[in-house]
Amino acid sequence: MKKPKLTLSKPKSNVVQDKDSKLFNFVNMLLLLLFTLLIVVPIWNVVISSFASSEALAKGDFVFLPAELSLDNYRSVFSDTTIWSALWISVSKTVLGVLAHTLFCAIMAYALSKQSLKGRPLYATLGIITMFFSGGMIPTYLLIKSLGLLNSFWVYVLPALFSYYDVIILMNFFRDVPASLEESAKIDGASDWKIFTRIFVPLSKPALATIAMYHGVWQWNDFMTAKLYVTNKALYPLQMKLYEIIVQSQAASSQGLTAAVAIDTTSKGIQLATIVVTSVPILLIYPLLQRHFISGMMLGAVKE
Amino acid sequence: MVKKEPINRRLKNYWEKFGKQWQLQSMAIPGVVYMIIFNFIPIYGLVIAFKNYTVIDSIGNADWVGWQNFEIVMKDRYFWQSVVNTLAISGLKLLFGFVLPIIIAIMIYELRAGVFKRVIQTISYLPHFLSWIILGGMLITWFSTTGMINQLLQMFGIVTQQNHMLDANKYWWIAALSDVWKEAGWGTILYLAVMSKIDPTYYEAAKMDGAGRLRQVWSITIPMMKSIISLNFILAVSGLFNSNLDQTLVLMNSQNQQKSEVINSYVYRLGLQQGDFSYATAVGLGVSIISVLLLVVTNLVTKKLNDNKSVL
Repeated sequence: MKKPKLTLSKPKSNVVQDKDSKLFNFVNMLLLLLFTLLIVVPIWNVVISSFASSEALAKGDFVFLPAELSLDNYRSVFSDTTIWSALWISVSKTVLGVLAHTLFCAIMAYALSKQSLKGRPLYATLGIITMFFSGGMIPTYLLIKSLGLLNSFWVYVLPALFSYYDVIILMNFFRDVPASLEESAKIDGASDWKIFTRIFVPLSKPALATIAMYHGVWQWNDFMTAKLYVTNKALYPLQMKLYEIIVQSQAASSQGLTAAVAIDTTSKGIQLATIVVTSVPILLIYPLLQRHFISGMMLGAVKE
Repeated sequence: MVKKEPINRRLKNYWEKFGKQWQLQSMAIPGVVYMIIFNFIPIYGLVIAFKNYTVIDSIGNADWVGWQNFEIVMKDRYFWQSVVNTLAISGLKLLFGFVLPIIIAIMIYELRAGVFKRVIQTISYLPHFLSWIILGGMLITWFSTTGMINQLLQMFGIVTQQNHMLDANKYWWIAALSDVWKEAGWGTILYLAVMSKIDPTYYEAAKMDGAGRLRQVWSITIPMMKSIISLNFILAVSGLFNSNLDQTLVLMNSQNQQKSEVINSYVYRLGLQQGDFSYATAVGLGVSIISVLLLVVTNLVTKKLNDNKSVL
């Protein structure tokens, strides 16, 4: 079960310190530092701007540090009750979506990992077709509509319940579970459901965690579902709420109204603070994510 | 000769075995039912591209119109504008976003393992996990009249009070380069994984022969990645007609619409906002078929370049 750790680095022996090599290393590090700054500086600019006072925002004469810091932007974001309901929708759709998706895919993957499963070639073929063909935006919309999922909370969970990619990843992992464990459980009279919950789920925690985390990021970041299928504002998740704020302030500034300038700075502050609030959960689980995502990518790619 | 069992006996056997494993089947069948409902019904729904479907019809009842929708698409000026925009943005993405992850991956690979390397990797993967709505909001902030970009330009002596997001001529660049910014770091992972499998003795041998570091990269690292690079190239070219709806919806405004309308957003506007379901489906279907053709053609071309070995 234990896989060799992926180090993703070059063997040390190659890095000798002759003069030529030193120059190479120096230029290399310099360029990479530049690349990193190109990512960090813009993000820092947005984060620090969200803490800027409205006067500092209106002047906008800073990149790294505004003249005056304040928490006003966050105060006005959190005094709006709709942000709390959006936060609640986002959290509940992510939690429910992740649990349901991971469980549903794992159950199917367990069944398909058994060669003895009757109808397996047919099931697998259907699954592979879903990876390459889809009905696209309009036919999917018509289906969601006829299922009565428009403007329902379940539209966030049900259409994203299943992914054959994830089934394949889990199936590959399940195949590595030693057959002897399963056989001894079978002799003791354990059913398939029992073997799945008592043996396979505990042994596959790393794979399940990887799938859960990928889907969690997707659920949290997904705005298209709300944009396509939900018009009831009470059901908007945070991403959709942020989208609305952005589009409103953009519409004001693209019409070039003079009155819009005043609206612009307050709405800009709110927009910035909402951006930060929306990204915080991703940043919080990022260290965990990082531990899992490389192994997750390799699970799918290397094992064929 | 082996005597074959009669077909009904075999069927009976099959169903008996099927019944015996009802527990296992009860785990597989919900997934299959799910796929039929959520994947195959929409695929069947594509037939409305050949029909005149309106909200009051059911898909089965709507009148067949043959290729009529496709014929109208061909004459649709707005459709062609969205194709031009899509191809321009994807082309710029391919130009800058394809090579950059390869270069950065090689540069990271050449670093000695340590804190610096870990920090660089951590930071460069981060933008991938931000949603397009978040990044869109950030872009609008950076490019606004009082934003970071104008401040930086001022440092170089260029004074403008322009909101760059309202300048249609810059939209293709902003859309493409922001995508490159978001995904370049993440794109290195696959290359780094492939490079970690290169046999270190190659480098030692090259060093014996007096090859410098750059020469080693050029003559060992890059050739060893040939097949993964070709694979990614095929996928990138076949994705030329793909457009990013999330990005477009958040960055589009009334001033830049002429340059920012891409195929996806056109389908969205026609289908879901104007209710022209059949026509929008025809646009979407036509474009997916072209994408599949592109995939086949690029695969053939790279196969020729790769000594007749297919990477797909």
